[in-house]
Amino acid sequence: MNGFKDIEHLFRFAGLFVIAILVFLVVRGFIVPKSFGEYGHYRAAAIPQIAALPLHYAGHQACISCHSDIQAVKSKGMHAGVNCEACHGALEKHVLDPINVVPVKLNTAVLCVRCHAASAAKPKSFPQVNAAEHANGIACETCHNPHSPAIDAGGTK
Amino acid sequence: MKTTRRKLLILLPAAAVAWKYVLAGTPEQAPNYTMTDHWWGMLIDISKCIGCGNCVRACQTENDVPDGYFRTWVELYHRSDWHLENPIVISPDGGKEGFPSMKPDPDGEYFFVPKLCNHCADSPCTQVCPVGATFITPDGVVLIDQTYCLGCAYCVQACPYGCRYIHPTKRVADKCTLCYHRITKGLTTACCENCPTGARQLADLKNPNDPIHKFLNTHKVQVLKPQMATGAKVFYNDLDGSVR
Repeated sequence: MNGFKDIEHLFRFAGLFVIAILVFLVVRGFIVPKSFGEYGHYRAAAIPQIAALPLHYAGHQACISCHSDIQAVKSKGMHAGVNCEACHGALEKHVLDPINVVPVKLNTAVLCVRCHAASAAKPKSFPQVNAAEHANGIACETCHNPHSPAIDAGGTK
Repeated sequence: MKTTRRKLLILLPAAAVAWKYVLAGTPEQAPNYTMTDHWWGMLIDISKCIGCGNCVRACQTENDVPDGYFRTWVELYHRSDWHLENPIVISPDGGKEGFPSMKPDPDGEYFFVPKLCNHCADSPCTQVCPVGATFITPDGVVLIDQTYCLGCAYCVQACPYGCRYIHPTKRVADKCTLCYHRITKGLTTACCENCPTGARQLADLKNPNDPIHKFLNTHKVQVLKPQMATGAKVFYNDLDGSVR
């Protein structure tokens, strides 16, 4: 029994260890979020939080649900595949409050050349112009309807 | 008021319970959306990209990306016929304001390569996070829990595609979310919504009716850095071998 002489002094030490482990488990239970580990080693509740971020672009369906007249013109022309907000900008605010938030009129001189300025880097089949030679300062919509840009489709409107 | 030990002992667990609910957040499920029904990716058709920068601007607007940082950006490649493996790449301000006009080069080719997070199925970035702040969702989107992120930037170094950055004011990692707040509502991403030529298409690989399946079967499609075996889900059509 000599080896276990005065073993009592270790009991208090072991007790401290047990208490420390219990405290750790209790604290851990409180600070680890409930959804942690639901799908993997992360907080599952972060997914719906990210999914709830606000929209800025309303989406094409929201636009054409009111502006079906524009869609009717656009769907027959070369710009059928271009969504409204690609030119008009982010308009979720306009969808939520159509009377007070009105989109600004676009400047075609800036807008059209964003895509249609000639460059050897663009695909050959994409219609490109050298704006200075092509229009000589005349606004694009004088000849082209931006919603259906072929010349025979008509000018301003 | 004098705080006695008794009062403190009562107060501490109450504060702990309150803190637990702060951390848990306020979940708000999108209706009619089941995560396990989707597996998101993107298709980028190089032969359609005109380098207008609409995607970059749309992304910055939709996701409040700070100036000088990019969740998506466009690169202009100039690949000379004499140095196939050493293309000259420019991306002024991420292509946000478009690109300068290029003169035709008879001894080479110019093309645009839009880039974004590849939402890899086996992503190195999620594997290195020490706190479980970045992860792939059950619908295949790599996201960041910014309330959990420490900003250690380990994931920024781990991403082989350079798609992550440390947000300058939040001081946490930030990257493309594949517009998770849009795709869970049935919308497409801001970049795809605003691409005028349809060069970018959101793809749901678990949807058998998604046109991606037909496209992948009829075209020669690649991912970036396939040798990294990251399971990248951004597919590039007509990708030149010089693209890194």
